[in-house]
Amino acid sequence: MPQEIERQYKEILKQYVMKQSEQNLYEGQNFSRQLIKKNIAPDEVISIHKATLEEMFPELPMNVWNSFDLLIEMMIRYGLAHAEHQSLLQQQEEMKVEMDLAAKVQGTLLKTTRPIINGLEIGLVSVPARKMNGDYIYFLSDNLNNAGVAVADVIGKGIPAALCMSMIKYGMDSLKDVATDPKKVLDIINRIVEKSVNDDMFISMFYGRYNVENSLFTYATAGHEPALFYNAQNDEFSELHAKGLLLGVVANVSYEQHAVKMETGDFVVMMTDGVTECRTDEGFVDPKIVISLIHSLRHEPAQTIVDSVFKELEKMQNFELRDDFTLVIFKKTS
Amino acid sequence: MNIQVILKEEENLVKAFINGEIDAFTAPMLREQLATVQQKENLQTELEMSGVSYMDSTGLGVIVAFFKNVNANNGHVKLTGLSPRLKRLFDITGLGEIMDIETDDKGGNY
Repeated sequence: MPQEIERQYKEILKQYVMKQSEQNLYEGQNFSRQLIKKNIAPDEVISIHKATLEEMFPELPMNVWNSFDLLIEMMIRYGLAHAEHQSLLQQQEEMKVEMDLAAKVQGTLLKTTRPIINGLEIGLVSVPARKMNGDYIYFLSDNLNNAGVAVADVIGKGIPAALCMSMIKYGMDSLKDVATDPKKVLDIINRIVEKSVNDDMFISMFYGRYNVENSLFTYATAGHEPALFYNAQNDEFSELHAKGLLLGVVANVSYEQHAVKMETGDFVVMMTDGVTECRTDEGFVDPKIVISLIHSLRHEPAQTIVDSVFKELEKMQNFELRDDFTLVIFKKTS
Repeated sequence: MNIQVILKEEENLVKAFINGEIDAFTAPMLREQLATVQQKENLQTELEMSGVSYMDSTGLGVIVAFFKNVNANNGHVKLTGLSPRLKRLFDITGLGEIMDIETDDKGGNY
């Protein structure tokens, strides 16, 4: 312990033993803060304490000094625990900084541009439950006749899941032709993912493509939540099902593909299970509630619908998302 | 956020009784337990899941990894006691088609 610190402690102790004033106690409290800052271990403090007492009361029995030796021995472990704690706090700080950086990199790498197609409104909201988003959206479009969207949910969390997403992105990037059939898109991505990922990481993905010329929305699914289709004329919702196994389980999979004709006012709702598996304290949110919420907003622009649904479900979960929340709407406006 | 896994070896069948919730927090525990099952040729296994109140996609990952391992040694995995909600999860992901699943006839809790 530095000499100056020793001297100060001795002074405070002597004062307190003589007067026991509130003032002295207060000084002692403040001083202990300094000791902690300078990483002075508890056992060192007791050593000084003992040495000071030996000076002030040399006549005290040997037993008293012996008892201090035991106390010093006991406090050594406390000192080590404290040091370890400090080190862990430091590491945690460093990790937070790295995570922030990783999230930023993820945001940049995985950016995708919303297509601009005549007569089609696209609404989009994707909010991660924590720092790294396990949901992924990728738009593929010629900004003329075709707008395609891949909505994927990486099963598994955190950094490995995010790295997995880069694989999807590069796979999708390699598909220059937006006219590629959804089932072929899934086949290509499945092969890439199956080769590269861990045994317990999988991806569920929905891929849909809208074509302006024939107003058809063509889609295929790989183990993903079925999309919802709203038919304005009949004022009805239906589920868009297509059989297909999760990506990454088996290399050879055939994906079903279907198409639905869209009329003005119709829209397709694509999501990840962060939407369907909303839980409140009472249990799961009934899907009928989500559907009736969307129904009440059916005349609104696509972006308004997704924003409102998100706000409402976020509120129902007390502003704590359990899972990454992703909602995409393709609405035919003319 | 609790889970309990009990492994029983009966004759030629390894049975795992799983109770509680399987999510991002408890899935590692399930993975560890399943990893202790000795992988040998033609291993017959059963995952008894009627006590599973909730499972999310992390749990799915653990089960599929186990399934892949057992299959790789020509073994068999059967899932029993799945609630309607769990069965739906397996159906949507397409895993219901490639895995042997028996549902719980007691009716659903949603």
